[in-house]
Amino acid sequence: MSSILIIQNAEYLGETVDIVVRDGKIDSVGPKADATEGAEVFDAAGLKVFPSFIDCHVHLREPGFEYKEDINSGLRCAAHGGFGAVMAMANTKPVNDTAAVTKTMLAKAKATWPHGPRLYPVGAATVGLEGKELAPMAELAAAGCAAISNDGRPVGGAEMFRRCMEYAHTYGLIVIDHCEDPTLAKETHMNEGATSGRIGVKGQSVVAESMQAARDILLSEYLDIPVHLAHISCKQSVELIRWAKQRGVRVTAETCPHYLLIDDRELENYSPMAKVNPPLRTPADVEAMREALKDGTIDILVTDHAPHAEHEKECTLDEAPNGISGMDSAVALTWTLVTDGLISEADFIKRWCHEPARIFNLPANNFEKGAPADFFLFDPEERWVLTPEAMQSKGKNTPFLGRMLKGRVKAHWLGGVKVV
Amino acid sequence: MQENQRFTWPHKDLLDVSQLTVEEANHLLDTAEQFHEINQRPVKKVPTLKGKSVILFFAEASTRTKTSFDVAGKRLSADTFALTKSGSSLTKGESLKDTALTLQAMNPDVIVIRHWSSGAAQYLAERLDCAIVNAGDGWHAHPTQALLDAFSLRQHWGRDFSGKTLLILGDILHSRVARSNVILLNKLGAKVRVCAPRTLQPAGLNDWPVTVYTNLNEAVQGVDAVMCLRLQLERQQAGLLPDLSEYATTYCLTARHLAMAAPGALVMHPGPMNRGLEIASDIADCAESLVLTQVASGVAVRMAILYLHATRKDGGSK
Repeated sequence: MSSILIIQNAEYLGETVDIVVRDGKIDSVGPKADATEGAEVFDAAGLKVFPSFIDCHVHLREPGFEYKEDINSGLRCAAHGGFGAVMAMANTKPVNDTAAVTKTMLAKAKATWPHGPRLYPVGAATVGLEGKELAPMAELAAAGCAAISNDGRPVGGAEMFRRCMEYAHTYGLIVIDHCEDPTLAKETHMNEGATSGRIGVKGQSVVAESMQAARDILLSEYLDIPVHLAHISCKQSVELIRWAKQRGVRVTAETCPHYLLIDDRELENYSPMAKVNPPLRTPADVEAMREALKDGTIDILVTDHAPHAEHEKECTLDEAPNGISGMDSAVALTWTLVTDGLISEADFIKRWCHEPARIFNLPANNFEKGAPADFFLFDPEERWVLTPEAMQSKGKNTPFLGRMLKGRVKAHWLGGVKVV
Repeated sequence: MQENQRFTWPHKDLLDVSQLTVEEANHLLDTAEQFHEINQRPVKKVPTLKGKSVILFFAEASTRTKTSFDVAGKRLSADTFALTKSGSSLTKGESLKDTALTLQAMNPDVIVIRHWSSGAAQYLAERLDCAIVNAGDGWHAHPTQALLDAFSLRQHWGRDFSGKTLLILGDILHSRVARSNVILLNKLGAKVRVCAPRTLQPAGLNDWPVTVYTNLNEAVQGVDAVMCLRLQLERQQAGLLPDLSEYATTYCLTARHLAMAAPGALVMHPGPMNRGLEIASDIADCAESLVLTQVASGVAVRMAILYLHATRKDGGSK
């Protein structure tokens, strides 16, 4: 006997719809579903329904740093945050540069969250993230890696980066680059600008990012190989990406909620919670990032979820590690982009769901008949305070802690199974 | 002290001069005048802070600032305890937070901290109940140096610095002395110029209340005082300077430069000096040099700072 779930009265792109799920798959999405005997019914009146989002840039810390986060806690956080799939970066310990590490991660995900959120590991571009030898990308692809990246330890050498792109392309993988010139970014703790100059902290120039973005764009055009630019943060980079897209270069780019909402003045009081890499930029950069998201220069939203243990951020700014724990608050934070009128609700879904799937060749989720029933319900009006207790991640490190957010994930189904 | 006791010092901590109003800065300097007089007496010790504890927590090397605070505390009869990085658990990997909590448990009245991290003093101030005095944090601030510099200048210029122009010369980028002095001297009414090669200028310098120069010959024209900054010799290794001798040729303050300044222009240096690199030896020792005056002022100003912060609770609101 088949199982049937009916979500009634949910709002999807301005329409009130009922969703019928049969045996974990979408059966229909329409104005009114017929009552079915034995069906489980969920009244979603006043709630929006979104296809489960995809976060293409997270750090789940396992293996090696389970005290910060592990695959179980990371996927729990993803589920509560509205994410049905996450792509986990390779800067674990050991680094995810072998099939053994990839398979271990996938096995742990399957064991802890059998119905999802799904984990898509990102393999290292170079062995040990050292930037010296190509990682075995054929092996990584076969083991289940969805992309390749040295995120956390960017590839500084142009020649090596070129070879990463070419070799990854051989196996159908796209390279995600953390655009950072390691010499310009060395030992920096925040954005270089008026604030860093005034408070006496060594800053990282926007050129450290945009110079590598330019390198990647030029290589992409020359090689005719796509490249994806990670967590873009500044005006100069988006101007280069816009120029590249106009030329037809196969470049895509992502940014994070914090680069769209807050700026380097968050560090006036040396707050380690606001220390992230690339650093929070100036208000003018934030404005440019918002414009770039609006016009599509920035293709997708990601969190760059980077949880840390409490004691690691309980120190001075220059001793603190980079990173914001982002999956708990990302949907609520970026919902303000819709309520502010910057992007439409359809664009909101596109940036968090459809475009990530397209760029990384992941299963699409268009509520089509027969597709896995992956969706979540969202209350756009609920106000809640982001407290450590409200966060599912082990990492409570976020500059948004204590802030009132509007909009909250209320329930989440993956493959028709209620996970939140 | 009658007048001082009527002024309720409003600050728990001294993190930077930016927190002080002009009135507060002048009150602190006025208080220092009285302690300066004590320092001229044959017997230089008063019982003002008897029973108070001052911890000198110097995680970064220091000779004159640490000694100056130590002397200041002892002259006020406070018990002073010195802690250095090499003598603390910081070398064993203990965090600043745990070191601070350990010190707090000993219930001091004042902790004077010098630390390599910008914001370290603020970090302690937000977590500890006792007064925190910033004796230099990273590149950020050195409020006691700025106050003693102002104190030294007051002896020549009087309380009102308006109409005076001072040039800060050298490594502005890494200088907490420069950052604090720019703020305080502007508050007191002086015009401030800075001069350094571009590699030693911080981002956003043009937004500071200063006139920026790279050419010393232009910068020094008509100024009433020149404050040289110490150049850390590792800046050459860091690629910020091609060659120390080239730096000396271009930016070392000499008699030739001083001749372009206003008649009787004063010369300052926070020390320790690299003679012949940032300041010519004869200029360091010339009649207009305030270098040793600055040291003497330092004791008086730090006595005032310890007095105001250690007795603040006794005097009123927290």
